Amino acid sequence: MNVLLDLFSVIAICFGTFFFLAGTAGLLRFPDALSRLHALTKADNLGVGLIVLGLLPHAGSLLAALKLVAIWALIQLAGATSAQLIARAIRRSG
Amino acid sequence: MNDFFLSAAGIILFTVAVGLVRVLSGPTNADRIMATQLLGTGGITSLLLVASATGVRGVDDVALGLALLAAFAAIAFVDNVAAPDSDTSKGDRTE
Amino acid sequence: MSILQILDIGLAGLVLAVAAWTVFARDAFAAVVGFVAYGLLLSLVWVRLFAVDVALTEAAIGSGVTGVLLIGAAGRLRKLEASGGDDELPGASLRLFAAALCIFVTLVLAGVVLSLPDPGPTLAPEAARHLAETGLGNPITAVLLSYRSFDTMLEKVVLVLAVVGVWSLAADQYWGGAAGNPRGAEPDGTRALLAQVLPPLGILIGIHMVWVGADEPGGAFQGGAILAAMWMITMMAGLTEMPSIRSRLLRLVLVAGPAVFVAVGVAGVAFASGVFAYPTGFAKPLILFIEAFMTLSIAVTLPVLVAGPPKRLRQQ
Repeated sequence: MNVLLDLFSVIAICFGTFFFLAGTAGLLRFPDALSRLHALTKADNLGVGLIVLGLLPHAGSLLAALKLVAIWALIQLAGATSAQLIARAIRRSG
Repeated sequence: MNDFFLSAAGIILFTVAVGLVRVLSGPTNADRIMATQLLGTGGITSLLLVASATGVRGVDDVALGLALLAAFAAIAFVDNVAAPDSDTSKGDRTE
Repeated sequence: MSILQILDIGLAGLVLAVAAWTVFARDAFAAVVGFVAYGLLLSLVWVRLFAVDVALTEAAIGSGVTGVLLIGAAGRLRKLEASGGDDELPGASLRLFAAALCIFVTLVLAGVVLSLPDPGPTLAPEAARHLAETGLGNPITAVLLSYRSFDTMLEKVVLVLAVVGVWSLAADQYWGGAAGNPRGAEPDGTRALLAQVLPPLGILIGIHMVWVGADEPGGAFQGGAILAAMWMITMMAGLTEMPSIRSRLLRLVLVAGPAVFVAVGVAGVAFASGVFAYPTGFAKPLILFIEAFMTLSIAVTLPVLVAGPPKRLRQQ
């Protein structure tokens, strides 16, 4: 069981790390600001989400697991609202 | 397992740090704020990984605080820098 | 070399690089963004130095209060520059002098740090030995609110003085009015959503940080800064307004923390061994009592400082 959980963690965290790589690559390589914003949200959503998922089996207590999920939810909320606001600012300015 | 967590934390931190090039190059201020946003999420994530590997107490609260305030810089940017013309705060410029 | 060491060295290099960028950036906003990133990295550094209490403070203050304050300042400077204000650079000799002064201070600091005896002088064992008498589990809270509570009280008084200083910048006709909200654009749905979902969670997290501060990393300042950010977000979304500086309630809350602190401190003469001493066995409840009021004061003081002097006439 333990080995399986560890394997699950490794896979989830590897995928999460990949989304951070992809998000950064997009931020650096995409041609215009709106596409770059789009790349950024992938790291926010999937990157953090998958790594939190991978850390959950190692959380130790219910409170710690709850905190991990809360952190993910807060980042989602912040990412969604700030992407909306930044996108509006980009459209206004250009 | 701990070494794996630490390596992942290192890779993520390094990745989002490379993204900071956008703070340098811009070209728009929106790009700059996006790069800090990415550094924020990457920083929080590596904090969680390091916390899990080293077991230092209270680190999850640091990550919680950072996540709670993650949108503040973007909102302040939109209000103060992106749209200086649409400033409606009354009496701001009156002498 | 272990992975953790590589991570630490990389983090240190990153902090230096971002710090250099913040100093050398020509554009005010680019420098401010660099500084916000710097603050974020610094809270990671504090965690790695096992100073989780400081990391919490840096996280709460850096990404909430000072981030908003500095980005607001950059926006205002931009307006000044656009309107052709006096934005010319200071003369070469002045800049050289400033650079020389900074290098001198850096060298002196580096010299002092390098000449510290190894192991450095420390009161840590002493602090740990008396921890049980305070009833607290977090030695940092014990230092702040018991061993050197007088200093901490003065620090809170300084915050009140800062508010007096900011308010005294008000133009005559606005005295008694309210500060402009720290927002520029019209209210919109996105911001309103964030300002309605975030505060309930944030208030919970802020109070949690104060409460666990007795035994775990956390405390009044960290919790207060989170609560302050929550009030700020409702103002940034246009859902609440900064009250008039004449407001009795506002003034009362601003001084509540320091006042309660002084009152408990002076009561130590009658009930304990002296000024700012706690009666035996009552240290922890008294400390939590003081912290509750301090949290409230900090949560109100910081947004008042960010909002600045009154800029609107009093609403009748």
